[in-house]
Amino acid sequence: MSANPPRWSSEDFWKKVAIWVTAGSFVILIVLTFDTLSKTSVGGQRVRSYSVINQEIDYRFDDKQNRYAPVIGKDEPLFGKPLSEAEAETLVDLGKKTVQTKNCMNCHTLLGNGAYYAPDLTKAWLDPGWISAASRETLMLTFLKDPERNARTFGSGRVMPNLGLTDEEARGVVAFLKWMSAIDTNGFPHNFKTLNAQVQP
Amino acid sequence: MIYSVAALPHRIAGAFDALDSPHLNGGQQLAVKYFAVAVVLFLAQVLFGMLSGIQFVAPGFLHGILDFNVNRMVHINAMVVWLLYGFIGSIYWFLEDESGTEIAGLKWGNVAFYVLTAAVTVVVLVYLLIQTGPGKDASIWFINEGREYIEAPRWADIGIVAVMLVFFYNVAGTFMKGRWSGIAGVLTLDLVALAGLYVAGMFYLTNITADQYWWWWVIHLWVEATWEVLVGCIMAWSLMHLLGARRKIVQTWLYIEVALMFGSGILGLGHHYFWIGTPDYWFSIGGFFSALEPIPLVAMVVHSVYDAGVHNFRSRNHPALAWIIAHTFGNFLGAGVWGFMHTLPQINLYTHGTQWSASHGHLAFFGAYATINIAFFYLAAQKWRGDVWMGGDLPGNGWKWKWALALLNLGVMGMTVALLIAGYEQSFVERAVGGSTWEGYFAAQNQVWFKQAMHWRLLFGLVTTGGVVLLVWDLLTIGKGESRKAPTLSEAA
Repeated sequence: MSANPPRWSSEDFWKKVAIWVTAGSFVILIVLTFDTLSKTSVGGQRVRSYSVINQEIDYRFDDKQNRYAPVIGKDEPLFGKPLSEAEAETLVDLGKKTVQTKNCMNCHTLLGNGAYYAPDLTKAWLDPGWISAASRETLMLTFLKDPERNARTFGSGRVMPNLGLTDEEARGVVAFLKWMSAIDTNGFPHNFKTLNAQVQP
Repeated sequence: MIYSVAALPHRIAGAFDALDSPHLNGGQQLAVKYFAVAVVLFLAQVLFGMLSGIQFVAPGFLHGILDFNVNRMVHINAMVVWLLYGFIGSIYWFLEDESGTEIAGLKWGNVAFYVLTAAVTVVVLVYLLIQTGPGKDASIWFINEGREYIEAPRWADIGIVAVMLVFFYNVAGTFMKGRWSGIAGVLTLDLVALAGLYVAGMFYLTNITADQYWWWWVIHLWVEATWEVLVGCIMAWSLMHLLGARRKIVQTWLYIEVALMFGSGILGLGHHYFWIGTPDYWFSIGGFFSALEPIPLVAMVVHSVYDAGVHNFRSRNHPALAWIIAHTFGNFLGAGVWGFMHTLPQINLYTHGTQWSASHGHLAFFGAYATINIAFFYLAAQKWRGDVWMGGDLPGNGWKWKWALALLNLGVMGMTVALLIAGYEQSFVERAVGGSTWEGYFAAQNQVWFKQAMHWRLLFGLVTTGGVVLLVWDLLTIGKGESRKAPTLSEAA
């Protein structure tokens, strides 16, 4: 090694690089965080207001964006009863809290994150497994309240355990799932054919 | 009865005090306690991993008693906690050596250890016995927060932050009292980030997009930034200690790694923001920066192999050096290559939320973190026995450590490949063809290739378990009755 190593190989040079790169990246992250949080606040185009559960939700291919996107349609109140934004928020909040406290994420994925033992719940509200829009709410509630007796295992043998959900918690979970299905997830999952698409090709 | 319960803390402390050795300094005595708990949690991780693995093959197994979500939660939580115990222990291990002085407030460090260990015990018992609660705030505070990796209830979160503050005080106070170094500076700042980021995961939000946004701040910025830098500090010290590598070179490398790691890792966070409802500019940011993430890991391989080669692989602890080499390759392959394979959004659209992530997770956590902790366990065992010989020609040609190394690496690699095959199959059958409906999901799960992969994963899980058991046996016995001393190394060129 030469007596005078070039500056770019010195400890001091890299110390400064480390500090500047770290600080710079962090500042950019902070700026992006402010922007992202403002664009994903509830009631915007990406994350809809909680009262979106009063409307029909679908998920279709959007030619302009060249990817799948949620489509908000006509009035279709959940459980047949239109809710104010505050009432809808209370119900969705109960559902979200139930999903956390029942530890759903350690079998299922939500927005694709979680465990891989059970299906993704991102578009669970729109899944063709519920047969038709007319039967969906009843089927979901019955299933959530006694998943063992109403098992939907698709031949896998994996039965969801009975987590002792109350009536209100089950309704909350359905509301949460309906609200979540309206989030614009940039086209994930791709090629998902909803329950509506099965009925009206 | 009341008397015996009241005497319990003393008895437990007495049991841990039995780990003390006259050959260790104060920080190292505490480190050994952390390592002992880490090993117990490592065993728990493997046990609950096996239970989850069995459930993939036989879904009725323990149904209604220990369901998959419970086993899987304990599996990943035990891992996070044992790795943290290993890191904390490693830092206590070299703190006095690096600072040249006794640890500031070691007494509080000891108290913090018992508090943390008691809290971990209670959390695990609640996970196993109570499991879930009603959809109320009280459940989030006392039972389970239900957010993958950081399920610990809120009371425990607060306790963890308090313990981390004590730990931070020990580290920063000791360096302030003694001497600062490049390693000391990076370590101290990294611990600020580590503790600060945890706070980002300590609140409840109804908006799941914002919830997952902050959740990734903790998970990603811990695992792919602050933990990696922490490991960089631990590595830097180990290379000097094991090989006699020069401080100037080691520290220059550490700064390069920090620059590359934070430069790619902080904005590489974007690869978690493709599909959770966040704006689509994260496609470019996440894709670009996470594509750079393997670079520091390549640098680490070059650095460690170069250093080991310069010193002709002469080291004062063969098992530790072998595990450090396993670390650099495991980190590069598991975190770097396996991560890069599915990090670009064009590919991730089909691989997100499949066994592909599990494959990456297994190799990355093992390669990047388990290995370096195991290396430190060997360093600790050596000094604990009185700085005895741990070079070549150990009794039985060191078969136990060699077989443990081989079985663990083979087992984890086997699980990784099996899960990757399952992930590929899911990407095609469930995602591309089935469009991710529940029917598509189960079509993929019922496919024969997926089922075979799950059997192979279980088999290699068994190999891994064998490796861990052998490792524990070796750690408990290596150096016993050894009379030769470890050679002293001078700082070589």
